[in-house]
Amino acid sequence: MLHVNSISKTYHSKPALSDISLYVHAGESIGIIGESGSGKSTLGKIILGLEKPDQGDVHFRGSNLHTLKGQALKAFRRHLQIVFQDPAGSLNPKLPVWKSVVEPLENYPDVIPSFLKEVRHDRKKMAEVLFQKVGLSPELLERYPHQLSGGQKQRIAVARGISLEPDLLVCDEPTSSLDVSVQAQVLNLLKKLQRDLNLSFLFISHDIAAVQFMCERIVVLKDGILVDAFLTNELFSASRHPYTKMLVEMSMEQDR
Amino acid sequence: MNVQVPRINRIPFFFKNQNLMTSCGLLFFIIITFITIIGPFIIPNEPFTANMAERLAPPSSAYPLGTDHMGRCIFSRLIVGAQSTLGITALVVVTVALIGIPIGLVIGYIGGRMDTLFMRIADGILALPEFILAIAIAGFLGPSLTNLMISIVFVKWIAYTRVVRSIVITERNKDYVLAAKVGGSSNWKIIRRHMFPQIVSPVLVLATLDIGKVILTISSLSYLGLGAQPPAPEWGAMLNDGRPYFQSAPELMIYPGLAIFFVVLAFNLMGEGLRDKWDVKSR
Repeated sequence: MLHVNSISKTYHSKPALSDISLYVHAGESIGIIGESGSGKSTLGKIILGLEKPDQGDVHFRGSNLHTLKGQALKAFRRHLQIVFQDPAGSLNPKLPVWKSVVEPLENYPDVIPSFLKEVRHDRKKMAEVLFQKVGLSPELLERYPHQLSGGQKQRIAVARGISLEPDLLVCDEPTSSLDVSVQAQVLNLLKKLQRDLNLSFLFISHDIAAVQFMCERIVVLKDGILVDAFLTNELFSASRHPYTKMLVEMSMEQDR
Repeated sequence: MNVQVPRINRIPFFFKNQNLMTSCGLLFFIIITFITIIGPFIIPNEPFTANMAERLAPPSSAYPLGTDHMGRCIFSRLIVGAQSTLGITALVVVTVALIGIPIGLVIGYIGGRMDTLFMRIADGILALPEFILAIAIAGFLGPSLTNLMISIVFVKWIAYTRVVRSIVITERNKDYVLAAKVGGSSNWKIIRRHMFPQIVSPVLVLATLDIGKVILTISSLSYLGLGAQPPAPEWGAMLNDGRPYFQSAPELMIYPGLAIFFVVLAFNLMGEGLRDKWDVKSR
């Protein structure tokens, strides 16, 4: 479904990504692990078409994402959505949250997600259904972001992410700004939505346990270079790259 | 060592209580607006016709504040003058906002060459003192109220553009804008839906604080003879009319001066109050 072909990107003459290739099949979840500054988020932005790579290309369902323009790009965007790391920053502080949630649906009047068939004509009702889907009470619809907890805000961001029933949801560290107790809830929610909606995930994180829980395959980035790629159940195999082993050990130590 | 901290209790309660000051400003604003609107219906005398027999008359029941050098009722002229002074001010501030805000939104959001172009124009205009430039333009265009307004708008729009632009530049790279883009929102929609609400309160504060300055500018230009033309009763023009009689009949200048003073004070109190309420950093 998604093919990333030898992408490179340079910021201020420093390489952020060099020669990255990966693929995602429909319904599959890929984890991208790396420390901060490893280029994970840049990769996510390039895959969403928010930034252009210096070299290489991203093919989504056979079309080169970065040569698309205008309406054609918009038509593709609907299949690729995102949940950002910081829910406080990803919701407009001056809008009641339900308006943020239904904004994508306003932009694609022709798209009728399977779970919104009956209410597609009514923006408020669509927001209500989406709130239910992410386990939030409809009482919160009219709230502003600053009146909600981090976990609630992140659920709202997830609701917006799935509102168009996309094929691929890029999750850029969706839990790292949340309390530990809330992290598990959000991960469970994502897992459930993935099953319900047959979503693919591109799960960007430095939290190995979360990635292990969410994804079938994992790639490891270090300083913009893809150092390791493997199936999740091979995470502890002896043939892992030394850097992967180190990350695993570090995360084990933290847990202890 | 025991240091004696001087007690600062000398400031009267009124000046320490921001809410009270704001309320006073607001109250005064409402009164002024009311008087301005119903003014022409309540004035005791006809404000335009000269009556040399009654010139420089002292206050009386017929002329509450006396008459000016042409025998016209000062009180009536002040009230009618409020309409030109405040009406022009409102028009100027609204026009400036309507020009400055869209430019700021667009150049802030798009950036690049457009931004550079407009900011260099702004730098050019700002290189000259605002008031002198307004005088020059008003003088160049010829003395009339319309030209006065044009000249003030010309020097004022930049302040609004700059405030709006700086807010948009800090907001446009936040995640919620990216999320809107990913969600398929057009640039136009992002500006309207996401950028505009961010600038409303700072611009309202700026405009309220600006009204005082605009009133002063209009009055000053009228005082110099570049604004309202006789016999129109504009406050600044009234000051100018009274100038030759400053020694013999100072009230001709005192009354319009006080009117300007109190109106500007009211708007400044209100603006400061709004600024504190909305926690807008002074820019």
